[in-house]
Amino acid sequence: MVASIDAPEKMIGKAIKRREDPRLISGAGQFIDDLRLPGMLHLGLVRSPYAHAKIKSIDLSPALAMPGVVAAYTGDDFMDLNPLPAAWQAGGVKNNAVTPRVLAVNEVHLAGDPVAVVVAEDQYLARDAAQAVVVDYEPLPVVVDGKKAAEAGAPQLHEEAPNNIVLEWSCGKDVDAIDHALADAEVTSSLHIINQRLIPTPIEPRGSIARYDPGTGDYTLWITSQAPHVMRLLIAAFVMGIPEQKIRTISPDIGGGFGSKIFCYYDMPLTMAISKKLGGRPIKFFEDRMENYVSTTHGRDHITDVEVGATRDGKITALKVQTWANIGAYFSTIAAGIPTTLYGRMISGCYKIPNIRVDVTATYTNTAMVDAYRGAGRPEAAYVIERVCDAVAAATGVDPAEVRRKNFIQPEDFPYDTGVGMLPYDSGNYEGALDKALAQVGYQELRAEQKRRIDAGEQKLLGIGLSSYVEVCGVAPSKWIGLPGEGWGAGLWESANIRVQLTGKTVITTGSLPHGQGHETTFAQLASDKLGIPYDDIQIKHSDSLGTPFGFGSYGSRSLTVGGTAIYKSTDKIIDKVKKLGAHMLEASEQDVEFEDGKVFVKGSPDAAKTIQEIALAAHVAYDLPEGMEPFLDETTYYDPPNCTFPFGTHVCVVEVDKESGEIDLVKYLAVDDVGNVINPLIVGGQLHGGIAQGLAQALYEGACYDDDGQLLTGSLTDYAIPKARQVPWYELDSTVTPSPVNPMGAKGAGEAGTIASTPAVANAVVDAVRHLGVDNIQMPMTPERIWVAMNESN
Amino acid sequence: MSTAVAQSVVPVDITVNGVEHHAEVEPRQLLVHFLRETLGLTGTHVGCDTSSCGACTIHLDGNAVKSCTVFTAQADGSTIMTIEGIGTEEHLHPVQEGFWEEHGLQCGYCTPGMIMAAAAFLETNPDPTEAEIRHALEGNLCRCTGYQNIVKAIQYAAKKG
Repeated sequence: MVASIDAPEKMIGKAIKRREDPRLISGAGQFIDDLRLPGMLHLGLVRSPYAHAKIKSIDLSPALAMPGVVAAYTGDDFMDLNPLPAAWQAGGVKNNAVTPRVLAVNEVHLAGDPVAVVVAEDQYLARDAAQAVVVDYEPLPVVVDGKKAAEAGAPQLHEEAPNNIVLEWSCGKDVDAIDHALADAEVTSSLHIINQRLIPTPIEPRGSIARYDPGTGDYTLWITSQAPHVMRLLIAAFVMGIPEQKIRTISPDIGGGFGSKIFCYYDMPLTMAISKKLGGRPIKFFEDRMENYVSTTHGRDHITDVEVGATRDGKITALKVQTWANIGAYFSTIAAGIPTTLYGRMISGCYKIPNIRVDVTATYTNTAMVDAYRGAGRPEAAYVIERVCDAVAAATGVDPAEVRRKNFIQPEDFPYDTGVGMLPYDSGNYEGALDKALAQVGYQELRAEQKRRIDAGEQKLLGIGLSSYVEVCGVAPSKWIGLPGEGWGAGLWESANIRVQLTGKTVITTGSLPHGQGHETTFAQLASDKLGIPYDDIQIKHSDSLGTPFGFGSYGSRSLTVGGTAIYKSTDKIIDKVKKLGAHMLEASEQDVEFEDGKVFVKGSPDAAKTIQEIALAAHVAYDLPEGMEPFLDETTYYDPPNCTFPFGTHVCVVEVDKESGEIDLVKYLAVDDVGNVINPLIVGGQLHGGIAQGLAQALYEGACYDDDGQLLTGSLTDYAIPKARQVPWYELDSTVTPSPVNPMGAKGAGEAGTIASTPAVANAVVDAVRHLGVDNIQMPMTPERIWVAMNESN
Repeated sequence: MSTAVAQSVVPVDITVNGVEHHAEVEPRQLLVHFLRETLGLTGTHVGCDTSSCGACTIHLDGNAVKSCTVFTAQADGSTIMTIEGIGTEEHLHPVQEGFWEEHGLQCGYCTPGMIMAAAAFLETNPDPTEAEIRHALEGNLCRCTGYQNIVKAIQYAAKKG
């Protein structure tokens, strides 16, 4: 019997097809908008057309008079709900955190602020009725620019935040030291950088469905959330003041998130409270795209001034960065951590820079809240330092590749402390990735071709952009990131439970969850190899607070490095018990047996083995267990990593710029990424593709625009330019592999690398193409018009 | 005003995935809501309100159409195919198969519309170039994949014929 069971196929490192896909390609996915609950009612939100105004009066009666309208409410009806939580306040500084209520009361602070809500029998009626509500506003002055908001005389948003300042934060050397270092530098250069506001734009907007059970007083809340356990905690403990166990949160299939679905939003407690008011009828809210654009979080929006000092041969000696970070009308859930810990502390990039100073001023403006968007702080940091490298190259005449090479942290330097408060970088070989990229792309030939075209006066200029990036993933440990350190108001561990059932079929529950990343596949591959249980016998369950252990959610490229390690450690515990019981069944001592490929055998006698399936059966029936052993194979791990992980690589973008029109052609895009060891190369490749597309779209296409009255001019998909298929290049992917010493898989994280790397690669390529014309800076998105203006102004 | 609109109804006969349906609908009802709410075919998704994203793409009398841009009443007498009708678990449509084989999807929200658009496109151009495929996807947005594996998925389906 034993000999007939072959060891299952090894799964780690295999590019297998995703097990999630059959349901998603056949229309059988279950997204929040697909859920049908008996008696479900629909919400229509009444939103302010003004970006800043006093609410003088709200008349709900025209809506209430409409057939099919069940109820209507204003903010005054929800004063028993606390304002939403400010879960990550920057560490070590005062945070003037003003968070929104579920509906605005007395005053609105952005166009789209919800002021009232109607509840109706269907979604069409809900919209009709919302339009029938009459609101009288007294408009107030508006500010939309994150730097102007802090200037004297700017309109004031919140009493609690004088001069609209949320926080002032700094890291690195003191001002005198950095100024001396700059004064002593052989060469200096400066850059004014606008890292424009972006709109995350998952194709599925956000929504909530809540159902209150009047019999038990319990709530079930379905949400499009990347962090359902955290939402349950925040809403229970901070917004409603009820025990966590009174709420069950479920994230169904999620149609993309990119960070925007991490946060605690008004509709979550609002649908819950209304369901209770209406005796338990299920309440549904689902944004349309325009609502998503005006009232779900945006990303980036930094204004930055940089001064850099270097030696004549291109060694960077000093970097001084001043950034104004616009966080919008209110403080979103983790808004303060993005422009501080995840930006300032990563500003050093891959480089040894002896003197760094970063100052950040975060401000309120009459715009949508800004919070984490794919990369979250790290793309802004990578953009600064990678643009700076090219500026140093231009100022010194040293080739951009050589500037990077001269300044790289070397493989033997790890763990490496950059001196700006980030944990030590774990491992890396930055030069290895650069060299591979340069060789692959034919860098010297491209430089020669670039020069030939300039010399020949050709119309199509060639630009070569480099981006050598490092980023931080799986942010941890809790004692560093949490309140005593960086200010995150909780922990950042993850959990996993494994149950090997009587038949050997295995269920893994995890606090991590996917919104497109294929966790069900990757996690099963990992566990299959560890346990020697066939891949098809392992199911991954997630996303429901009832039945999965607590997890902090999926963001910051942390699912595999933190959540995956929790699974890994649970497999170790299962194997320990399997060895004990297997030894007992083989009448051997535990020291004399080995576990391999799902079998326990006495060392040297692999033929007389007990399989994990046989041992699971024995553990379940419990007829003959060793003294003191509990029945069943069931193990749980809560895992808090000792450090973050730091993926890196070099991306190269080659563009052609038309000298007459400013039009850009993306000629080549090569990415050499080092994300450590990879479990499923197909999935990792997909993550990199999508990340690159989002990052290059920031460089070339996307940008949220508000007018001076605070109206979002890019408020729909006809105005906001997420890229189409013909606007992105063919991505060539290559890799180096430097395992992370932080986790047993040696994984580093891959979800955001593409986005972090690609924006500066593309931007540097465009500037590189026109630098000989006297252009040293173009703001993003680098549209043909902006390029044309830059070329012509410099002439 | 809206009450009057809500009370008037239009009779329609529409065949969806081979099944004939008779219904009385509001004149303003969008076809996508007829499919999703009345028939319960929730594989057709809504991602925007400006006919930009293409998540709601279906086949209307054989043509790829955005069902958020058609009133149910306009579809009276027509034959519709949705993602639920294009293949079965045992016999996937070649485009469905291509999306699975080539990792042409991540979150899966745009995928039904992508598959329907691509399937109709391959009917008119069975052997497309990469540029033609990218052009054909003009009306369908994906935020996850960066499109490369979608292009490969359609190339896979084209090869499969």
